[in-house]
Amino acid sequence: MNVDLSLLAPEIALAVLGLGILVLGLLIPKGSRHGLGWVTALGLLGVLGLTIAGWDNQGTLYEGIFIVDRYAIFFKITFLTAAFLVTLGCMRYVDEMGDQSEYYSMMLFATLGMMVLASAGDFMTLYLGLELMTIAFIVLVCYRRTETRSVEAGIKYVLLAGMSSAVLLYGLSLVYGVTGSVTIYEVGRAVTTEPVPALILGVAMLVAGLGFKISAVPFHMWTPDVYEGAPTPVTSFLAVGSKAASFAILLRVFIAALPGLWAHWTMLVAILAAVTIIVGNLVAIPQTNIKRLLAYSSIAQAGYILVGLVTASEAGIKGVMFYAFLYVFATIGAFTVVTYFYNVTGSDEIKDYAGLSQRSPLMAAVMVISMLSMAGIPPLAGFVGKFYLFKTIVDNYLWLAFIGLIMSMVSVYYYLRVALVMYRDEPVDHTPISLSGPVALTLIITMMATLVLGIYPGPLSEVVNTAAHSFFLP
Amino acid sequence: MEGIWTAVAFYLLAATIVVSALLVVMLKNIVHSVLWLAVCFVSMGGLFLTLDADFLAAVQVLVYAGAVCIMVVFGIMLIQRGNMGSTNLFNNQTKAAAGVVALVLVVCGYLAATTPWASPAFAVPEKTVESIAEIMLTKYVIPFEVAAILLLVALVGAIFLAKEVKKADAHND
Repeated sequence: MNVDLSLLAPEIALAVLGLGILVLGLLIPKGSRHGLGWVTALGLLGVLGLTIAGWDNQGTLYEGIFIVDRYAIFFKITFLTAAFLVTLGCMRYVDEMGDQSEYYSMMLFATLGMMVLASAGDFMTLYLGLELMTIAFIVLVCYRRTETRSVEAGIKYVLLAGMSSAVLLYGLSLVYGVTGSVTIYEVGRAVTTEPVPALILGVAMLVAGLGFKISAVPFHMWTPDVYEGAPTPVTSFLAVGSKAASFAILLRVFIAALPGLWAHWTMLVAILAAVTIIVGNLVAIPQTNIKRLLAYSSIAQAGYILVGLVTASEAGIKGVMFYAFLYVFATIGAFTVVTYFYNVTGSDEIKDYAGLSQRSPLMAAVMVISMLSMAGIPPLAGFVGKFYLFKTIVDNYLWLAFIGLIMSMVSVYYYLRVALVMYRDEPVDHTPISLSGPVALTLIITMMATLVLGIYPGPLSEVVNTAAHSFFLP
Repeated sequence: MEGIWTAVAFYLLAATIVVSALLVVMLKNIVHSVLWLAVCFVSMGGLFLTLDADFLAAVQVLVYAGAVCIMVVFGIMLIQRGNMGSTNLFNNQTKAAAGVVALVLVVCGYLAATTPWASPAFAVPEKTVESIAEIMLTKYVIPFEVAAILLLVALVGAIFLAKEVKKADAHND
């Protein structure tokens, strides 16, 4: 068997990096472990370079169970960028929590799980990648194990992740039972337009199982509690990475393995998207805790991304990939502000953000720009992303496009409420917040990316086009 | 003749599995629940045997009936209380739960019953262990390696979460 291991190079490098951090943590004396954050960040940058360098190196390994196409590579770039930015922005937070080496290695292994997931070509690789990501996240969510809220969030995450995995596995086993194959492209060939009843049941269970991971309504109950209780950098990585990875595999399973059943699942997905957008946005309005607000907003964002799946077309895939990429910058920008604000003041309540524009103009500006990008206000990246997504459904699902539009306007209300508190209200405490170097760098990168992608989306759009095109090649 | 015995074995094992699984959930004493869980796992192993999957059956008994149940028992032992009477609690939503379970059962049962299941075109190989070993280290080597890393992550995570937090350790340095 001829195996081209260069296709696996980014995964191997990341696994080595993760193990290296674990070993380094044991060797280095306690006082100098804060340097591990820089080792992780630079290592991630190296793996990111390796992944980008492999852009033209496409292929499949082991009879199609590991697919390295540009679609997968693009998602890997997304995960690595997210992991890099989160690491850069969270060093001080992690130093205060302690146990740096376990934290950073868990984070790297979660990223590895996502990368395996993006390339998974069969159900076994899919499941193991998903579990690797989930188990690393479980440890990260209850990382502040002396705090009840963190532990509670961890237990909720364990229980619901276990349940969703069970449902997903049952669905996968039913699909295997009917089609007799576990490889995604072989399943795609075996599934015909006239499905047997058990296959419909399997598909419904796949929707439910993966719906948990992307926190689509009605499978979203865990999201606010877990997002609130988890350490903030973990929340931000959970919102960006875990969600993008689940979308990567969702698209792969539904568009590559089950295109024959498109007529059966398209309406289900459209309704799921509509409900998710409506509930996520409406419940976000009364929130007073910034992490809960961002949690509900991320549920709404999952609804918008789900819209790209409805038509199962190249344009839809393009919309999902584009949105997932820019969502990285908006979300990490907002969460880095929340993380740093918590470090300084120890509070996550929106009312404590009063007068942030006077205490730290950069933090307030990044928060507003990130939130307006999520709301889809024109000069920012979020507008372009939503445009690509909703363009695909205007012909056949106009009602869904209207729901998306109206709810985007609703979302402006609660995003601007935070902006008002930061810019209009007088601060209780006037001491300026001075930013540390890496945090300022993260904030500036996310802000510039959100602005540049909004004003000049052309180059990224080209890249995403070729990536979405590669999805349909094999 | 052989077909009849296979069918008899299947229905006996299936009934045992369903009853023991129900008892795991219903019983008030958690120690009894664990014992029925072992029964459930062993009967599962029997089910694999009727399908000629001897290696899988052995693993099922070894890992699930052996290791998993023992671990649950250890867990109970470490957080033991004087009276084990009502350690496996039920909430008050019994009727709602029964309704939902009945609905799921009817839907799944109906869909499974109306499906024409195709039996696999090839027979089970004589020596399953060799076949599993071969594909595990050739075609499925990537999932195999991912599983290895997954176990490491679970191990490190479990130790990290369970390890005692020292006062001086709570804040770094």
